[in-house]
Amino acid sequence: MKLRQLFPLLFIALLARGTMAAEQPVSQSIILASTTSVENSGLLAHILPAFTKETGITVHVLAQGTGQALETAARDDADLVLVHDLEAEQKFIAAGDGIDRRQIAWNDFIVVGPHSDPAHIAGTHDAVAALKAIAGAQAPFVSRGDKSGTDALEHRLWRVAGIDPAKAGGGSWYRDIGGGMGAALNAAQAMNAYTISDRGTWLSFGNKGGLTVLVDGDPSLLNRYDVILLNPAKHLVPKQTLATRFVQWLVSPEGQEAIGAYKVDGQQLFHPSAAAPR
Amino acid sequence: MGDVWAALGTAEFAHIVGLSLTVSLSATAIAAVIGLPSGAALAICRFPGRRLLILLANAFLGLPPVVVGLALYLMLSRSGPLGALALLFTPSAMIIAQALLAAPIITALTHRAIQDPWEEYGGALRVDGATRSRSIRMLLAIARSSVLTAVLAGFGRTISEVGAVLIVGGNIASYTRIMTTAIVLKTSEGELGLALGIGLVLIGISIAVSASAFVLWER
Repeated sequence: MKLRQLFPLLFIALLARGTMAAEQPVSQSIILASTTSVENSGLLAHILPAFTKETGITVHVLAQGTGQALETAARDDADLVLVHDLEAEQKFIAAGDGIDRRQIAWNDFIVVGPHSDPAHIAGTHDAVAALKAIAGAQAPFVSRGDKSGTDALEHRLWRVAGIDPAKAGGGSWYRDIGGGMGAALNAAQAMNAYTISDRGTWLSFGNKGGLTVLVDGDPSLLNRYDVILLNPAKHLVPKQTLATRFVQWLVSPEGQEAIGAYKVDGQQLFHPSAAAPR
Repeated sequence: MGDVWAALGTAEFAHIVGLSLTVSLSATAIAAVIGLPSGAALAICRFPGRRLLILLANAFLGLPPVVVGLALYLMLSRSGPLGALALLFTPSAMIIAQALLAAPIITALTHRAIQDPWEEYGGALRVDGATRSRSIRMLLAIARSSVLTAVLAGFGRTISEVGAVLIVGGNIASYTRIMTTAIVLKTSEGELGLALGIGLVLIGISIAVSASAFVLWER
């Protein structure tokens, strides 16, 4: 019987596993549940090495979207969150799950769509009017549909516009894809559709195809990123000291400078805003 | 294309490939240690509930990875029953998930592979007075080609799987990111060329592992 031949394989696997474990000192790592945009845009990969070098703390990033990130933290599966949906954040804090919300950066949301622009919204600066025009033209529109911060913003805009997009005009122009920002941009690109994106993900996105920025500069498209710690009154918080250290670094001059220094093709993706009034 | 080649040459990508292999090979090894004896025992032993177990092993061939991932997530979550183990979002959780997916495959296929030799040689083994465990080892040796297929089918499941490891591993850079989850990520970043490049490496490695196992085993 050659069952024995399996053992070297098992041994190699276990050995590799051992070395893998040795690379990751668990005690000095924290889990950050974050919105996808700060990870997909490359921001965290850009700023985290400096933090790790200074403190020896490794930050493990779960890129999940705001809704899922808050849920993960509420289940005690993350040590802090980095999200961008004020309403959901306030609920999270009101439920006793979060404390010490700090704004660390901002950028803006944009409406992107095909060059052909069937709804004629290019160059305008009113997001609600743009959505009304898109619905009026029944032009294809891709919705995240994943309870992320961007999805929440989109639904707020539809509410202000007084339109229920899933029902308006039969709704076949409104396509809820249930995916992340990148998936939505890929879908919009493939379907010649409009969608709403955060500027960070858009600028670093590699498959823009025939899509272009059509609407920006509306104050209602402001996109604020906040970090929130878990509330020790309700959660285990085994890594609270390390998590607090990370928050302190993010709002410190070094952290803020690192955020502002991140550029793609010469364009700044995130504006540091720890000092901004809340 | 230069960018793609450069990205595939980084230490980060080497870690991704290494972790993919480590997780899948460990999971396959665990699933084989469970599945080979179980499958053989199901073929040669007679006990109450045996038919039900055979049915389950075959039914679980189509176990949806994303459901296994979700169930395991709820078990391993800090607020779940096994939360104290602190395994969620670690490579170990990924190995457990993939072992759960591969074990029924190896069990069901081993059961099939042992059935015929047992009918042919079972009588002789019994006359010899061979113990059950000795019979199992003999039969696995006789059916070694089919047994290898069973193990490779299990490996194929683990190396190509993405739904379960994405949920229980979290796709954390340089920690729990493997080739399949990296492909999902790069696709979502619109880096389609790089995603495809990783995909080709994944296919190449999968073929290489299966082919070397085949050559070594049939030698």
